Amino acid sequence: MPLTAALYPGQGTRDHAPAQAALRERLLSAVVSCFKRHGAAAIDTPVLELRETLVGKYGEGAKLIYELKDQGGELLALRYDLTVPFARYLAMNKITKMKRYHVAKVYRRDNPATTRGRYREFYQCDFDIAGQFDPMIPDAECLKIVHEILSDLQLGDFVIKVNDRRILNGVFDVCGVPESQFIPACCTIDKLDKIPWEEVRSEMVAEKGLSPEAADRIGEYVQLHAADSHRVTPISVPCLSFQASGEKLRTTETQVLVATPQKHLLAARMKLISELWDAGIKAEMLYKKDPKLLKQLQYCEDTGIPLAAIVGEQELADGVVKLRDVATRKEVDIPREKLIDEIRRRLEP
Amino acid sequence: RGLAMAEEAAVRAQAETVRRLKQDKADADEIAKEVAKLLEMKAQLGTDEGKHKFVLKTPKGTRDFGPKEMAIRERAFKAIISCFKRHGAEVIDTPVFELKETLTGKYGEDSKLIYDLKDQGGELLSLRYDLTVPFARYLAMNKITNIKRYHIAKVYRRDNPAMTRGRYREFYQCDFDIAGQFDPMIPDAECLKIVHEILSDLQLGDFVIKVNDRRILDGMFAVCGVPDSKFRTICSSVDKLDKVLWEEVRSEMVAEKGLSPEARIFSILEQRLEASEEKIRTTETQVLVASAQKKLLEERLRLISELWDAGIKAEMLYKKNPKLLNQLQYCEETGIPLVAIVGEQELKDGVVKLRIVATREEVRPVARWGWLCDPAAQPCRPCGVSSKFCSTPYSSSLPHAASWSPEVLLCPALGSFLSHHLLELLSSGAWSMQG
Repeated sequence: MPLTAALYPGQGTRDHAPAQAALRERLLSAVVSCFKRHGAAAIDTPVLELRETLVGKYGEGAKLIYELKDQGGELLALRYDLTVPFARYLAMNKITKMKRYHVAKVYRRDNPATTRGRYREFYQCDFDIAGQFDPMIPDAECLKIVHEILSDLQLGDFVIKVNDRRILNGVFDVCGVPESQFIPACCTIDKLDKIPWEEVRSEMVAEKGLSPEAADRIGEYVQLHAADSHRVTPISVPCLSFQASGEKLRTTETQVLVATPQKHLLAARMKLISELWDAGIKAEMLYKKDPKLLKQLQYCEDTGIPLAAIVGEQELADGVVKLRDVATRKEVDIPREKLIDEIRRRLEP
Repeated sequence: RGLAMAEEAAVRAQAETVRRLKQDKADADEIAKEVAKLLEMKAQLGTDEGKHKFVLKTPKGTRDFGPKEMAIRERAFKAIISCFKRHGAEVIDTPVFELKETLTGKYGEDSKLIYDLKDQGGELLSLRYDLTVPFARYLAMNKITNIKRYHIAKVYRRDNPAMTRGRYREFYQCDFDIAGQFDPMIPDAECLKIVHEILSDLQLGDFVIKVNDRRILDGMFAVCGVPDSKFRTICSSVDKLDKVLWEEVRSEMVAEKGLSPEARIFSILEQRLEASEEKIRTTETQVLVASAQKKLLEERLRLISELWDAGIKAEMLYKKNPKLLNQLQYCEETGIPLVAIVGEQELKDGVVKLRIVATREEVRPVARWGWLCDPAAQPCRPCGVSSKFCSTPYSSSLPHAASWSPEVLLCPALGSFLSHHLLELLSSGAWSMQG
């Protein structure tokens, strides 16, 4: 049973600036840690697939596939989703059972008719359990996973909608849709989350050849559930929740800034920061030979670095380091050999 | 979803119908009718077979990463990324394609190796060839003058297979760049330190770091009498010299086919792993929830749910009534260190049997941990439920598993208590997990 969640890049630029990248990292790590918690193994596939691999797999979606120019070799295209590559991977490796996750970007052209070939690149987080198992146990786990992730992301209340193609076929059957029209009707019904029922209905009757009576009967089922058509859009809400809590999203994880208040102390600064790095502490220093202390402290405040380790002439003579808590501005002299332990102690959550 | 999958699903549904009718010993005519329908559907599917069959190939020069390769890759990236982060670099990401014009004129002779996208109406695009030109574009677009950034992503080059046998066309680059005007050599020193930290961390053995600056090369050319106008092309040739020499070295590394300079670190790690016989895990699962008898599916689901809610990485088999042996076998195959067993007796006693897979020992508590039954009931601190099984609060210093004595007795607030203790156990490092 497949489980996909699409994450759309932010509006505006197509690049992921550090703030967006940090946010994306937070989201993806919540998703991945859930997948890992459930014992899924990760795989990765190439962004390029042979055109023939993708042909015939996406029905009406086929015209949204990016193709590569024929440059004299194999005919290629960019992957449209992660499921067909997964099927190819299983077939190639003759695998019959697998629980895998795959977080990666997929590529779809926006409606080519209207926006003249505007391109889209976005993340999908696929979780699939392939194989024959005792019924519904894997399905139950998939539901649990959706619940864990959406809860973890703290988006607020949500509704999980569960479907099976066979239920839909049953609905069509009961509404008098002939079997031969199940698939076209399904493609149209899929659009319900993007366009209103009236348009969907007219497409089913006018384009797909359903009888108006059958369409109306389907409409009754649709109306039954129209109430909870609320759609969760994952990316925008976390941004709002950050601003609400006043949390400043950091773009680096630096823990200590190594600073020197007087001139000619570059070597001392480099020596100290080297010790911190070697101890695995995340540290930075300014790329200036003789930076002013104020500038260095300002840098801490701008980028959210919580501690500053200051060595001046006096401190060097005394064999200490002035450790400053950036938020409270409190400073205390720590003997050099105890510095790393003290930093670690302070950074412990 | 796709037509193929819907059609195949319809065939399966029809097959199920036939199976059921036969099982229920339905009317012979009805069975015949459904069978005929099934055969017709299959025939229909058969004619489409060629269209929907899977071409079992990735494009030339590309490869899948299975779970093992991913585990190795994750190890390498973890070392690399933690170093970049340790040095305060921000991460950026750019689209896999760039405007064709952005890439034009930047790569000299290598321009013919760029993948172009088909003209499907709209901007002309190409797949990125490296991460540096996109970085330059990013800086210019956003008017950034100072930045320390890293960018790990795949790049694309249509290498000619005749010249460079089996070279990858899609491969990772891990770029670290400091852009801006700074006091001389300080950023450069940091870059050297970073290279050193990463290569040391990856434990590849001894290494040599070669440092260059284009200006040194230009100076050499000038001294040798190369005209200014030829600097660029001569430079490309010098670059190739390095690869050709490297080719000769590489042909001696018989084990790995398809090795390219960019993939070298990854392949070295793969080879070392093979040589060391270390079994690398492809999942991080800590506990398998198992059942000892039949009809315990719900209890298994309930327990595993508690573990997941406590953040513990857990799995269970997708079988209603799995055999205990199979469940233990699964743990051994996939490297899961602990198994939590629910059985009828354990449920009655309000306990869970916890077993260390490697030693097959059962986790047994010692008196000093206060698990042994003490009829003088005291509240169990972790879960606050008083019970005749728990007499003292759990200790945070855990005894080594081997020194534990007879019975496993846990308080009836099973899930939360177990999770609590499991978390302690797992973080105590009593069982080190590979991978």
